[in-house]
Amino acid sequence: MLLIHCPHCQEDRDEEEFSYGGEAHIVRPLEPEALSDEEWGDYLFFRTNSRGIHHEMWYHLVGCRRYFNATRNTVTYEILETYKTGTQPTITGANL
Amino acid sequence: MKKYSAFSLLKNALSYHENWQKVWRSPTPKKDYDVIVVGGGGHGLATAYYLAKVHGITNIAVIEKGYLGGGNTARNTTIIRSNYLWDEASQLYDLSLKLWEGLSQELNYNVMFSQRGVLNLGHNLQDMRDIERRVNANRLNGIDGEVVSPERIKEIAPLINISRNSRYPILGASWQPRGGTARHDAVAWGYARGADALGVDLIQQTEVTGIRRKDGAVVGVETTHGFIGARKVACVTAGNSSVVAAMAGVRLPVESRPLQALVSEPVKPCLDTVVMSNAVHGYISQSDKGDLVIGAGVDSYNGYGQRGSFHVVEHTIQAICELFPAFSRVRMNRQWGGIVDTCPDACPIISKTSVQGLYFNCGWGTGGFKATPGSGYVFADTVANDHPHPLAAAFNIDRFNTGALIDEHGAAGVAH
Ligand SMILES: Cc1cc2nc3c(=O)[nH]c(=O)nc-3n(C[C@H](O)[C@H](O)[C@H](O)COP(=O)(O)OP(=O)(O)OC[C@H]3O[C@@H](n4cnc5c(N)ncnc54)[C@H](O)[C@@H]3O)c2cc1C
Ligand SMILES: [Zn+2]
Repeated sequence: MLLIHCPHCQEDRDEEEFSYGGEAHIVRPLEPEALSDEEWGDYLFFRTNSRGIHHEMWYHLVGCRRYFNATRNTVTYEILETYKTGTQPTITGANL
Repeated sequence: MKKYSAFSLLKNALSYHENWQKVWRSPTPKKDYDVIVVGGGGHGLATAYYLAKVHGITNIAVIEKGYLGGGNTARNTTIIRSNYLWDEASQLYDLSLKLWEGLSQELNYNVMFSQRGVLNLGHNLQDMRDIERRVNANRLNGIDGEVVSPERIKEIAPLINISRNSRYPILGASWQPRGGTARHDAVAWGYARGADALGVDLIQQTEVTGIRRKDGAVVGVETTHGFIGARKVACVTAGNSSVVAAMAGVRLPVESRPLQALVSEPVKPCLDTVVMSNAVHGYISQSDKGDLVIGAGVDSYNGYGQRGSFHVVEHTIQAICELFPAFSRVRMNRQWGGIVDTCPDACPIISKTSVQGLYFNCGWGTGGFKATPGSGYVFADTVANDHPHPLAAAFNIDRFNTGALIDEHGAAGVAH
């Protein structure tokens, strides 16, 4: 059971209040029609699926109904930080 | 390999069963192999077995970081069926079902395959339309199936609640009589014993930590016990596939998440079939030992922790108690999780990769136990010939670039 800190509500809430949004920081291509099938397929379907530090989106479904990002360890499930959409994580695999 | 038979049982009884031959050897790895199979789960062991048996390639090692069959093979709820919607998937799963039908004889090992039938319940009009469509598609593919009424369901599983007054009433089901269950460990052990007898080296407690390449082609694997050379490397590592693929700079379209199951204390025989429901999300059968084997859902977020969220189990238990009110008094004994690797289209990847000599068989997600024999069979063929087996061709990793996905979210809707 995760206790997730919503950076908008500034509260620790039960994971059942949230829904998962998948890997964060995947930039939507500005010109999809200019991409090759490989690049477009990679954007749509291929993920890092990291074992360890993972940056991911969460949606506070039954709270403020806003998206934010979390840095979580996918082995221990420890949430190392949560931060607002549009900002960058302070913890990455490299500096851990 | 000494054959198991009634006679050998009798003979060994005379020496108090102390002189049975070891089921497989524990060899020290050679310097190099024709093929290295990474991952000693059911699929990896079946791959090695068919490479040796069908293709005559016996200079093979299976490298397993833990013990044989200790991954999802040991953690699943053992449901077997082939009633998938699309031609490509149903043919692959039905090849597997046909192999299951002769597997105990083939391996001279009792895999306890029990064709007790599988019910997939429908709880609303759309469920029933989907079920009818799927059963019709199955029959066109030569796969057994029927749409059955609540009354017929009650005959098959008398403890089930078909009252119209329940929150999600049962309106009907698909019924595949050839489906059923098998003994998970026995499948891994049977393939392991068969492969070992054909000369395959089964290397346990050895983790693959790197994939060495030269000029774009595989030359071997780094392991916790040193480098081992190989002309071909076939990865069958389920939930850890992205990690292993990254060792060769390959990206996969899978995400790894915990899927949970639980078993009750053993009770007297009361359910002699398999009951699954997508809509309320639960599935249940009874093992030969008497415990109720219950499968829960997959966590909504990525994780490698081999444990899942409590509310997921709670939700499944609610569903099971509504389907079988009598089970509300049964105590649960154990609960666990396994890491499943799911593809966006709920179908597996059986494929060559951009690296010459590197192959992947993964993405079976929540439902690959049933496919163990067929997956090993077509993957062995793909690896041996460096060309996809006809039934594996559609499961090429390229489909995520061409767009030719095989959407089995309906038939695979409930994690199983
Ligand atoms: C709770 C649960 C219920 C399920 N129920 C069903 C069901 O009812 N019916 C059904 O059909 N399917 C079911 N499944 C799915 C099924 O268990 C899997 O699809 C199937 O067992 C996968 O087999 P495998 O041999 O590929 O994987 P595994 O048995 O997981 O084998 C992979 C092996 O690779 C090894 N490995 C990983 N990384 C490395 C490395 N770097 N070096 C060496 N070895 C490595 C692992 O230790 C593991 O032993 C269920 C799964 C779970 C978790
Ligand atoms: Zn919030």
